[in-house]
Amino acid sequence: MLKVKNLEKIFYKGTPNENVAINKIDLTVNEGDFITIVGSNGAGKSTLLNSIAGVFPVDNGNIFLDDEDITAKTEYKCAQKIGRVFQNPLAGTSPEMTIEENLSLAISKSNNLSLKWGLSKHKREIMQKHLEKIDLGLEKRLTTKVKLLSGGQRQALTLLMATVANPRLLLLDEHTAALDPATAIKIKNLTAELVNSNNITTLMITHNMEDAIKMGNRLIMMDGGQIIYDIQGEEKENLTIEKLLKMFEIKHGGKFNNDRMLLSV
Amino acid sequence: MNLSFAITSLEQGLAFGIMALGVFISFRILDFADLTVDGSLPLGAAVSARLLVAGVNPFYSLAAAVVAGGMAGAITGFLNTKLKIAPLLSGILTMTSLYSINLRVMGRPNIPLIGKDTIFSFIRDLGVPYPWNNLLLLILVIVVVKFLLDAFLNTQIGFALRATGDNPQMIRSMGISTNSMKMLGLIISNALVALSGALVGQYQGFADVNMGVGTIVAGLASVIIGEVVIGEKSIMIATIGVIIGSILYRFSISIALNLGLAASDLKLLTAVIVIVFLSTPRIKKALR
Ligand SMILES: Nc1ncnc2c1ncn2[C@@H]1O[C@H](COP(=O)(O)OP(=O)(O)OP(=O)(O)O)[C@@H](O)[C@H]1O
Ligand SMILES: [Mg+2]
Repeated sequence: MLKVKNLEKIFYKGTPNENVAINKIDLTVNEGDFITIVGSNGAGKSTLLNSIAGVFPVDNGNIFLDDEDITAKTEYKCAQKIGRVFQNPLAGTSPEMTIEENLSLAISKSNNLSLKWGLSKHKREIMQKHLEKIDLGLEKRLTTKVKLLSGGQRQALTLLMATVANPRLLLLDEHTAALDPATAIKIKNLTAELVNSNNITTLMITHNMEDAIKMGNRLIMMDGGQIIYDIQGEEKENLTIEKLLKMFEIKHGGKFNNDRMLLSV
Repeated sequence: MNLSFAITSLEQGLAFGIMALGVFISFRILDFADLTVDGSLPLGAAVSARLLVAGVNPFYSLAAAVVAGGMAGAITGFLNTKLKIAPLLSGILTMTSLYSINLRVMGRPNIPLIGKDTIFSFIRDLGVPYPWNNLLLLILVIVVVKFLLDAFLNTQIGFALRATGDNPQMIRSMGISTNSMKMLGLIISNALVALSGALVGQYQGFADVNMGVGTIVAGLASVIIGEVVIGEKSIMIATIGVIIGSILYRFSISIALNLGLAASDLKLLTAVIVIVFLSTPRIKKALR
């Protein structure tokens, strides 16, 4: 359903600082895939997701979503079919607006904006149902401004907002990395639940090897702007952190270097 | 301060209050420091005055001012979103161009409206006695504008507009163009400012090419006074705050004049008011 063909992204092209962040990547994502992405710092993981999301123009190659060429589409256009959650829990919500106003924007996402009321009884009922599912008591705080929520609550809300309109694709970029360990676990469980119950095709960057192995049906390892391993099925089920690190060293010719990743192993 | 002085301040507060609502949209909702208003206020007055002189119905002249103001906002929006010129500079460029345009519209620097049909002469001719004639009319206009604005900001598009100023990344993630939202916000903001200019022109009985100087600071003063005095719990409350802020601002100006301050010192006073109110939260924190 998602096809990345010969993708290339070069920062500062033609200057002494030229930096090949994505080096001719090919990737085919199947309907319903839940892919975890690992790799050392600067491997190009975020750049890959940003390219798919249309954050910046790419230098070469094509990206197809449902056979539609979205390579040249800008960020907001891509977002109509793609949900995203960022590392920063503040990035995905509007702090001065209430929980229900934020959710209303997410629910309207699939329709065109109009001069209809942003909130309605029907919409509130939908919100209640969704918020009850994430089980943080937010369903009783619909009119609370989002800036009053904790980082974990905000990230849970962001996750809900990214999935509520049933996107074709969900992109998660270390979305639990800024949370305390207990909250991170909650958000991870919520992620698995939302992704599975809606069967959303998902790409998730993580610096946590254990999560990368445990979660999803497919694991991609990146290095130097390339995909060096694409592991799925039985092979993924039998994967261990030790095996994964060894595999990395074989291809990379050196120790795995990701500060955060080593800490969390 | 005698009664007629108070009434004048109140009327000015209401007439300029619509401008303050416009500034509220650009400054607070969109987080866009838009200086276009110094040009779009006299633009509204100029368009309306020129049409009144030509014998056009004064209410239609208000509508024309709204359209002209919206166009001014669209130009600033175009400069910023399409040509990527910084917000502050985009506004300054439009404002500067508007000075020439306003002179073209009026054909001269000042158009007196004495003896012309205005919305104020219309209500006086209906037999409404002083001081209710002007007051009622201005209250009616501002209440309608306020409720329309509140309603709009609670529609789906209104939500998107508010989130654009608050967190543009989130709005893009929701599949909405921040550029379109900025454009829309600037159009609405300057349409209101021009409406205010047209009202002020008809109220004071002339349009002048220099009447816009300092509009942005006065608007900001009103917005900030409103926030401090009334608060900003919800949109409804925030817009009431802006109107009250505008009235309080005009009162403080009148009081200052009454105390013997020269009219030429008013701009300085206004700037000081804005500085004081802008810094109160910080000073309060420091004292705690
Ligand atoms: N907006 C940008 N402008 C310039 N260079 C960038 C930009 N974004 C990323 N890069 C560069 O591209 C390379 C890949 O960065 P990217 O952020 O994709 O790495 P990553 O795999 O996400 O790493 P991390 O684990 O640290 O998040 C790096 O060398 C980085 O410096
Ligand atoms: Mg990254």
